[in-house]
Amino acid sequence: MSGKGMNLTLKIWRQKDAQSKGKMETYNVTDISEHMSFLEMMDVLNEQLIASGDEPVAFDHDCREGICGMCSLYINGEAHGPDRGITTCQLHMRMFNDGDTIYIEPWRAAAFPVIKDLVVDRTSFERIQQAGGYISVNTSGNTQDANALPISKHAADEAMDAATCIGCGACVATCKNSSAMLFVGAKVSQYALLPQGQVEAADRVKNMVAQMDLEGFGNCTNTGACEIECPKGISLENIARMNRELMKASIK
Amino acid sequence: MSGFFKSSIGRKVAMALSAFFLMFFLIIHLAVNLTSIFSEDLFNELSHFMGTNPAVQFAMQPVLLFGVVFHFVMGFVLELRNRKAIGVSYAKNNGAANSTWMSRNMIYSGLVILAFLVLHFIDFWIPEINVKYIQGDMSGMHDGEFRYFHELQHKFLSPARVGAYVIAFILLALHLLHGFTSAFQSMGSTAGRKKALQTFGKVYSIIIPLGFIIVAVYHHFNHH
Ligand code: HEM
Ligand code: SF4
Ligand code: FES
Repeated sequence: MSGKGMNLTLKIWRQKDAQSKGKMETYNVTDISEHMSFLEMMDVLNEQLIASGDEPVAFDHDCREGICGMCSLYINGEAHGPDRGITTCQLHMRMFNDGDTIYIEPWRAAAFPVIKDLVVDRTSFERIQQAGGYISVNTSGNTQDANALPISKHAADEAMDAATCIGCGACVATCKNSSAMLFVGAKVSQYALLPQGQVEAADRVKNMVAQMDLEGFGNCTNTGACEIECPKGISLENIARMNRELMKASIK
Repeated sequence: MSGFFKSSIGRKVAMALSAFFLMFFLIIHLAVNLTSIFSEDLFNELSHFMGTNPAVQFAMQPVLLFGVVFHFVMGFVLELRNRKAIGVSYAKNNGAANSTWMSRNMIYSGLVILAFLVLHFIDFWIPEINVKYIQGDMSGMHDGEFRYFHELQHKFLSPARVGAYVIAFILLALHLLHGFTSAFQSMGSTAGRKKALQTFGKVYSIIIPLGFIIVAVYHHFNHH
């Protein structure tokens, strides 16, 4: 493969820690195979940096198969790069051409502060989840079998679709308002559609929206960018449902 | 309920409600304006009715004023909050990859409309208030004739004013091309995602501003 790979210029956000002021730095990588994933390309860069005694670029990753939501990166102006329906670990280098310059930046949102380089703090999502993204089940030993509850196929499908959200934060990163409404809409919807979620429905949506606002996420203006960049294809209809749920909960 | 309108979603709902009201008002306003092309008398009579009827003047007009002011003040509030929510901006951002220009620039199309509204108030509303409530002349007459139609034609003599109207209404069309379906989504309705309503929204967003433009241009070229 030598000689056939791509030579790329990388412009990467470097920031020592949360307190420091970061800046864009330029790096070159050579002989990158089109079969590599984007994160493998980042590994190549880091090996190179370590070999020359420099600090490797910090970035988040875990499963590297599109299910954990850890990997992030704003690549050439888009969350998870130019491809659709994928996370960065699933992005292939064949989406780029020899000689390209690639911008690599962390998720940007006041509620996602940078920890180091390309790693951001997404615990604001966890605090929103803790505010109501669950159902309380009495595990006394005689818990009812969930399958005994009749649920329409349609509701089950929609709830499942909402539940595929992996909490990656691409929706926030993409949004011109740094709004978390696609994420919160998915988390509210996944329970709102099921009988198990009804009992705590009103408190759930109120508390989760309150926490979302408290964390400093912006207001949705329905640009629809989140839905397009979401690796799991979470639909804007979940935001509409969350809005309805909040209206319902507030009238009660 | 008061907590609701302080939440991010409540603000959106309030924004959408004011927008629906404005979109409804535009239809009425355009209908009256269009009569000026077909019938000078009808236009004069409608204008006189709108300008002197107590229900219109003291019930509908304050509601309208409130609706307009609320909409743009809330627009600014949301814009400022959203700017704060972003924090640091990207070195490279490809907004066109996933959203329309209209959706990303509501504040700018809105600002042009606002500038137009200021001009519009100076042109028509302030003189009306002056004649009717300060000089106390509720007759609607000037030299023995209804004054409305002549005032309208007089205003549209100036090419600069007609140009400003045309630009403002093009921006209104762009504002509505995103805003119309967006308002449904804000209200928690998925109707805005259906093809039929999207088509209706496009037609509305183009026809209404175009109607205002036609009235202005018509009177520019046909005065007597
Ligand atoms: C007759 C005049 C106007 C009409 C018919 C109108 C209509 C609309 C509609 C339908 C929306 C979408 C609402 C939603 O998504 O819930 C909207 C949003 C917006 N409007 Fe207007 N508008 C008008 C004037 C203005 C003015 C003067 C401003 C001044 C800055 C403005 C600023 C905005 C902003 C910033 C938004 C986006 C806010 C958001 O989506 O949360 N608009 N407008
Ligand atoms: S809604 Fe989509 S983009 Fe947002 S956190 Fe969930 S999976 Fe990621
Ligand atoms: S590393 Fe798990 S989704 Fe990319």
